[in-house]
Amino acid sequence: MNVVEASGLGKRYGRTWALRECTLEIPAGRVAALVGPNGAGKSTLLNLAVGLSVPSAGAVTVLGGRPAGSPAALDGIAFVAQDTPLYKNLSVADMIYVTRSLNRRFDQPYARARLDDLGIPLTRKAGKLSGGQQAQLALTLALARRPRLLVLDEPVAMLDPVARHDFMATVLAAASADGVSVLLSSHVLTELERVAGYLILLSRGQVRLAGEVGDLLAAHGQASLEQLALGYLRETQTSEVTR
Amino acid sequence: MTARTVPARPSAEDTLRPLPWRRMAGVTWRQHRITLAGVAVLLGALAVWLWVTGTPLHHASAAAAACHPASSPACQNLEATFDASATSNVMSNKGPGGVLLQLVPALIGAFAGAPVLARELETGTFRYAWTQGFGRWRWALAKLVLLGVVLAAATAAFGCLVSWYFQPYSSTGHQAPGLFENSPFANLFGLREVTFPAWTLAAFAIGALAGMLIRRVVPAIVATLAVYAGLAFATAGFLREHYLTPLATTGTFNPGTSTAWVIGQWSAKDGRFAFAGNPPDSLINQFCSSLPPEKAAGPDGFTQCLAQHGYVQWTSYQPASRFWPFQWIEGGWLLVLSALLIAVTIWLVRRRAA
Repeated sequence: MNVVEASGLGKRYGRTWALRECTLEIPAGRVAALVGPNGAGKSTLLNLAVGLSVPSAGAVTVLGGRPAGSPAALDGIAFVAQDTPLYKNLSVADMIYVTRSLNRRFDQPYARARLDDLGIPLTRKAGKLSGGQQAQLALTLALARRPRLLVLDEPVAMLDPVARHDFMATVLAAASADGVSVLLSSHVLTELERVAGYLILLSRGQVRLAGEVGDLLAAHGQASLEQLALGYLRETQTSEVTR
Repeated sequence: MTARTVPARPSAEDTLRPLPWRRMAGVTWRQHRITLAGVAVLLGALAVWLWVTGTPLHHASAAAAACHPASSPACQNLEATFDASATSNVMSNKGPGGVLLQLVPALIGAFAGAPVLARELETGTFRYAWTQGFGRWRWALAKLVLLGVVLAAATAAFGCLVSWYFQPYSSTGHQAPGLFENSPFANLFGLREVTFPAWTLAAFAIGALAGMLIRRVVPAIVATLAVYAGLAFATAGFLREHYLTPLATTGTFNPGTSTAWVIGQWSAKDGRFAFAGNPPDSLINQFCSSLPPEKAAGPDGFTQCLAQHGYVQWTSYQPASRFWPFQWIEGGWLLVLSALLIAVTIWLVRRRAA
């Protein structure tokens, strides 16, 4: 099963295409990393996959053929958006209540246990938590929904190194122990080295590279993900500049 | 961290039963309790104020009405007491009360309606809310309908209190000068138990749509107040008098300020329109120049003079008996407008790319 399938997918804002001619299949059971420089179209692709935006061209389905944004798709996908938006004036307990009310499944004992582990008090307002705690709360709420696909948009961009490590550890635990498929975007390549099993490289709104990390490394004769991505991004940028 | 077992997955049925609507009640309450508390405080404070100032008014009115014989000096005194308390009252033409009450639906609508979607869009929390299992358009519909119904119920109760407050004015024929200007319709018509919730709901729906379109809280509030003001002025100034075809009558018509709303006056001669409103100077010079000044200054002096020369004065008016039909007409179209605005808002939530 593919967790995300896109064919000829495109999104235009005004006259500029944020994403065009995007065709890919992201297999289930992996941590898939969406990599590319700022403005490459990563958020656009994720917003289309979770059904927040409507495609200008082509189509995208999730979780084995369900239209993005359909009730069945919403039910199986948990999305943590960039900067982990939460209702700042609601307490942590209220955020749990709201998320539980808005979803078919919600593992309340899991959510409480995890927040307890993290030392996040239930009575604290979400807006009063530190950046790392807010990100952890958003991730906990997403995982307590028991999703089949977890989508994270630049999850660690705003976090300090310790919070970053803790956050990724939680994601990896969910992926390995609970078998949740993960699709995450990042421009911090080093973070992805340890976690990503599948790579999608985007630049200037187009998919440049997609495949299993191991295959890609072997095919391109590179030792690390970072080198592979950097080399590829430099290449496309210079070729576009010289053209 | 403890390893968690694979949770039971739902069978891959694609026809999921939607989550029950009632789940949005607690969500809406938690998210908007501060707004609703603010509305409660505002309406509560105004209600106490109306109660405190209205009780002596009712007592004075009841005392004047119960007094016999009405022409006795004691009764005249009671009448004078009522008139004095009615005119010196905050709600009279000299007081700020009436103007303040006119602002209430606009304030509630703007501050409760505009942020509902604008705050989500401004702070990015729509990315959270619209990707939950409840579904975005159902989420928006449940929220708007719940808040709209609560606000309408609260303002309907408040409208009853406003009606109670003005009952001595309207029922006994006592007229505080200028309070109703020339009609029982013009002022305070929008603050009664039907129109007050209707205007509040309309302002709320305008706010919700403005928030969805503008996507920022403060500009959406400003836009809501501006659109509401335009709609309220257009309604009071132009639309309301056309709800039902005005009645017309000839002759010197002075139905009294409490029994009709005079829309317009004009004069005709030999069945043809002559002039609207006051007679032009040329006619007065022609026919009524010999009129002694003290007579001309009296009520309808020139009208009587011109009547002797074949000019018939017509008056179009809305009788006081149409007060409640007018209330329901205004309440009705505002309700339809609000439903339309909310429908457009939901459609935008459904369609609009994030």
